[in-house]
Amino acid sequence: MEDGQEARPPNQGLKIVVCIKQVPKGEQLEIDPVKKTLRREGVESEMNPADKNAVEMALGFKDEHGGEVIALSMGSRSFERSLRMAIGMGADRAVLLSDRALAGSDTTPTSYALAGTISLLGKIDLILCGEETSDSSTGHVGPGIAGHLEIPQITYVTEAKVENDKIIAKRQVEFGFETWETTFPALLTVKFGCNRPREPTLSRKIKAKRGNVIQTWSAKDAGLDESKLGLNGSPTIVSTIDTVELPSRKGELFSGNLGKNVSDLISRLVRDGFIRG
Amino acid sequence: METGEYKGVMVFLEHRKGKLRNASIQLIGEGRRLADILKQELSGALLGKDVENLTGEAIQFGCDKVHYIEHDLLENYAPRPYAKALAELVQKRRPDALLFGATMNGREVAGRLHAYTHTGLAADCTAFDITEDGYLEMIRPAFGGKSLAHIICKKTKPQMASARPNVFPAPDKDPARKGEILKETVQLTQEDVDTRCLEVVEHEDEANMLSKSEIVVSGGYGLKKKENFVLLEELAELLHGVVGASRKTVDIGWFPRERQIGQTGKTVRPRLYFAIGISGAIQHLAGMERSEKIVAINADPTASIFEVADYGIVGNLFDVIPEMIRQLKAMKSSQSSS
Amino acid sequence: MDEFDVVIIGAGPAGSSTAYRLAKEGFNVLFVERSNRPGSKNVFGGRIYSYPFPEIYPDFWKEAPIERYVTQENLVFMTESNSVTMKFDSSSSEGVSTQSFTALREKFDSWMAKKAEEAGALLITGTRVDDLYWENGKIAGIIAGPDTVRSNVVVAADGVVSDFAQKAGLRRELTAKEVSVAVKETIKLPKETIQDRFNLGKREGAAYSFVGSATGYLRGGGFLYTNKETISLGAVVNSEDLSLQKKEIFEIIENFKLHPFIQKLVRGGKVVEYSAHMIPELGVNTLPALFKDNFLAVGDAAAMVINHGYTYRGVDLAVVSGISAAEAIIQARQRGDYSHMGLSSYPDFLKKRGIMDDMNKFKNAPSFLQNARIFTAYPRMVCDFFDRMYTVDGKGKEKIFDIGKDEMFGKVSVLKMLRDMMSGLRSM
Ligand SMILES: Cc1cc2nc3c(=O)[nH]c(=O)nc-3n(C[C@H](O)[C@H](O)[C@H](O)COP(=O)(O)OP(=O)(O)OC[C@H]3O[C@@H](n4cnc5c(N)ncnc54)[C@H](O)[C@@H]3O)c2cc1C
Ligand SMILES: Cc1cc2nc3c(=O)[nH]c(=O)nc-3n(C[C@H](O)[C@H](O)[C@H](O)COP(=O)(O)OP(=O)(O)OC[C@H]3O[C@@H](n4cnc5c(N)ncnc54)[C@H](O)[C@@H]3O)c2cc1C
Ligand SMILES: Nc1ncnc2c1ncn2[C@@H]1O[C@H](COP(=O)(O)O)[C@@H](O)[C@H]1O
Repeated sequence: MEDGQEARPPNQGLKIVVCIKQVPKGEQLEIDPVKKTLRREGVESEMNPADKNAVEMALGFKDEHGGEVIALSMGSRSFERSLRMAIGMGADRAVLLSDRALAGSDTTPTSYALAGTISLLGKIDLILCGEETSDSSTGHVGPGIAGHLEIPQITYVTEAKVENDKIIAKRQVEFGFETWETTFPALLTVKFGCNRPREPTLSRKIKAKRGNVIQTWSAKDAGLDESKLGLNGSPTIVSTIDTVELPSRKGELFSGNLGKNVSDLISRLVRDGFIRG
Repeated sequence: METGEYKGVMVFLEHRKGKLRNASIQLIGEGRRLADILKQELSGALLGKDVENLTGEAIQFGCDKVHYIEHDLLENYAPRPYAKALAELVQKRRPDALLFGATMNGREVAGRLHAYTHTGLAADCTAFDITEDGYLEMIRPAFGGKSLAHIICKKTKPQMASARPNVFPAPDKDPARKGEILKETVQLTQEDVDTRCLEVVEHEDEANMLSKSEIVVSGGYGLKKKENFVLLEELAELLHGVVGASRKTVDIGWFPRERQIGQTGKTVRPRLYFAIGISGAIQHLAGMERSEKIVAINADPTASIFEVADYGIVGNLFDVIPEMIRQLKAMKSSQSSS
Repeated sequence: MDEFDVVIIGAGPAGSSTAYRLAKEGFNVLFVERSNRPGSKNVFGGRIYSYPFPEIYPDFWKEAPIERYVTQENLVFMTESNSVTMKFDSSSSEGVSTQSFTALREKFDSWMAKKAEEAGALLITGTRVDDLYWENGKIAGIIAGPDTVRSNVVVAADGVVSDFAQKAGLRRELTAKEVSVAVKETIKLPKETIQDRFNLGKREGAAYSFVGSATGYLRGGGFLYTNKETISLGAVVNSEDLSLQKKEIFEIIENFKLHPFIQKLVRGGKVVEYSAHMIPELGVNTLPALFKDNFLAVGDAAAMVINHGYTYRGVDLAVVSGISAAEAIIQARQRGDYSHMGLSSYPDFLKKRGIMDDMNKFKNAPSFLQNARIFTAYPRMVCDFFDRMYTVDGKGKEKIFDIGKDEMFGKVSVLKMLRDMMSGLRSM
């Protein structure tokens, strides 16, 4: 927290915060069919996939304009793994906001807590988030942080560049692409798959593990109001979790001779009115 | 803040090129259903510069009331001024529930708004219900679609959620429907417009073809390589359908991201859906299981896609598809000759 | 460029024990593992001999992730339809035996790596070492991707197909004759079912070796070990035999699993993991050089394995060799000499721990393995013998000796069998 609030001297490059969440690996997640709860034991976790794209975008900015990339995460001590990965990729340092008081936070306290932490990191130029996480997939935390900090936001960004004192970002929407412009400081949420995240290298991983590069802050360190955190500060509760049942249809399976299978299928489609017979 | 005074269901109405967006029309339908269960009013929130002309349509689709805000600074959509205006409207009108379409804009504006209002927000819901004690039950896929989470927000109001597009059917228009139209004012300054859209490049057809088409022919990893998608193109053309894809094929670059169907791609509900060489992972099913009829073609008789199929052929797609194309062509030529 | 006293390639049992011992001695140690979690990709049967551990890890019995203590040994001769089991119960009065135990690699290797990290060694996972770094003709570190890490000593602990022992010029590539192919399935069953089925107490475990039809009569054997909630079932077959018979190892295990004997034991289980791997069949005769200037090989990389077709030892030897190598490095530091000369106490430490005796004792194992009769003729004979002995067909009971003469001695000469048995026993 030694960073003061003093203004960044010009041409000092960009000071970028990337928000990272550690999530269970998608393929490994299973719902216990009896208990109807998520089986977490033995499930590996990883950096949220879209957040890797955000780290890559931040490092791309740093490559071009110089500056500093700080990885920020809120979660348990085990989240250090993803922060180390970010440092292995090239981030300069990391902050982990970790406190019992944060347990059970939904996106409301999460955005509040991350925004509060960021405001203590000095004068930040850019905040990058993933478009959404693969476990809760809301995409609300990024805009929530921007709202708390009252800074501009551009979401679902696939490409971005800095031109003088402006940020130009290409944003993917349902009907195509939009190009947006804004000023510093700003928050961008980065589209999953928009770039190829670099691999962590051995010597950067050594740095990540050895050097004093991850700071762990408590809620108090970050100056947060504990009543707004965790389960208590979360407006929503998850009342139940169901296993998704495959919607079973009474299917007709053709598994005989090729020509006949196909003609059987076509005759059904004709009967159902999809093809003119 | 006293929560008891919040009443009614409100939907955020998005518009594009002078028309209500489909996601918003669908939302009016679902909002109507919920308001009826609660025996409360359904209102619409319409923001923009010249939007009064859209209020009537909103009523005809099912709103009881439309609050519209016209402001120069709202001429073009941007997240901050829109979120601020909504925050003010919420303060004033106190809806019990506020729903958004889970479009990109809907999600980002709701996400920003929930920081202003400090209320709960559930994303991308695929179903809603009302609990016995009158709360909104917001049901959404979680953990990559493997489970459904039921979310309730009892502590704060409004209860906010976004609804996945193309999940809820669009209601019919009732030209005779009447409702109340209220003009609202908000305080905005130039400073609030902190982002600016410079350019829009539309792939309207690209993207919308999938959700509009009555027949979707989707291919998966079973196609073995990119070049083989021409087989699907040919079949789709014969059937007047469009081609979609599974995420695996999109991830490895066989097909553009806009064509991905499923949990993290598009949700479609065509009349007829072909899944060819697609295993039927739950995340893929999430995007197509509402199709009216599903045809699966897969070499593996145990593939889970067959569980959801109305018709299935167990076989090598490289035999089945050419044969289908051959038979369809034969039908066509006999039709045109007779 | 980063610098360390010692860099170890691989965080299997050999690498982690070397790292642990050196870190305890204050060395600045880096050990690099290619998988994301130590042990997550490592295959083995499932039984570890415990003798080296308590001395090295004081709280071993309390801390180590042990699945079950092996209290029951079974040797099974099988034909397609029959089997004869020799069973040995070794449970002590408390119901446990500390001779050997079953373990899961992911848990066990992770634990060993954690011990080394706690002692101060730096573990980097998810990074594959690509090459050795040479300076003036001497090994001076490692290369991974774009990075070079320098060190006084490099230890190759990278397992059986050790690239690095070869790159350092210590050993040549193995030929098909010298390796076995192994497959293993992990089958999940409820704890209670395992205990009932194998007649085991809560922490007791069973070990089985199979010869005969388990491998389709090829040289090698099958194995089965009980863990807490899983069974490890697998087969090891000489790779030359496989290729001569044009068989795939997968067919072998599929057939093995269908044997009524195995069916009964795994019934209702769900296969949760499947893996294949190689095991060297080298004995001490073919042991490669173990070290050179600034470089040592440990564990499988130094061919420290004992494999005689149906029992395997490797983890214990990996640990003993890891510790011995560490001690040689400690001595080298005292001498200020990391050259071949400086490291030359490595074999002495191995001898001191009796490992060379073991390896010598087993040096005939490979030739014993060459003897196909053990795997083809004998299992049939043993089963047929018992089949006849217990068949009552009303024709009057034959004398055991007569059955024996027909069944056993009819096919192979008595002398030959006695010779085989002797050589087999000597090599075990
Ligand atoms: C968080 C998350 C979100 C996801 N979102 C999506 C999403 O939005 N959409 C999506 O699709 N996936 C999504 N996935 C991925 C999903 O889990 C699957 O990996 C993916 O759908 C598999 O694609 P596939 O069926 O094409 O490939 P595979 O699973 O590899 O299936 C290929 C199929 O082709 C069959 N086949 C092979 N050869 C032939 C042949 N010659 N003839 C006939 N059949 C053949 C095979 O039997 C097999 O069933 C997501 C995953 C996660 C974790
Ligand atoms: C089927 C089978 C059954 C067996 N059964 C038993 C048994 O029951 N009991 C027993 O005691 N032994 C058994 N063994 C032998 C035992 O598994 C080995 O002897 C033992 O694991 C050797 O340990 P190690 O540390 O030398 O090598 P390994 O355990 O193979 O470890 C080598 C490590 O190096 C890593 N590595 C390799 N290359 C690189 C690289 N380039 N960069 C970074 N890291 C790298 C690997 O990922 C691995 O983690 C069995 C073996 C097999 C195959
Ligand atoms: N606990 C967290 N710590 C740091 N960043 C987070 C956390 N949760 C969410 N984010 C960021 O917000 C993005 C969207 O997350 P979500 O709203 O949960 O889908 C993620 O991609 C991250 O960049």
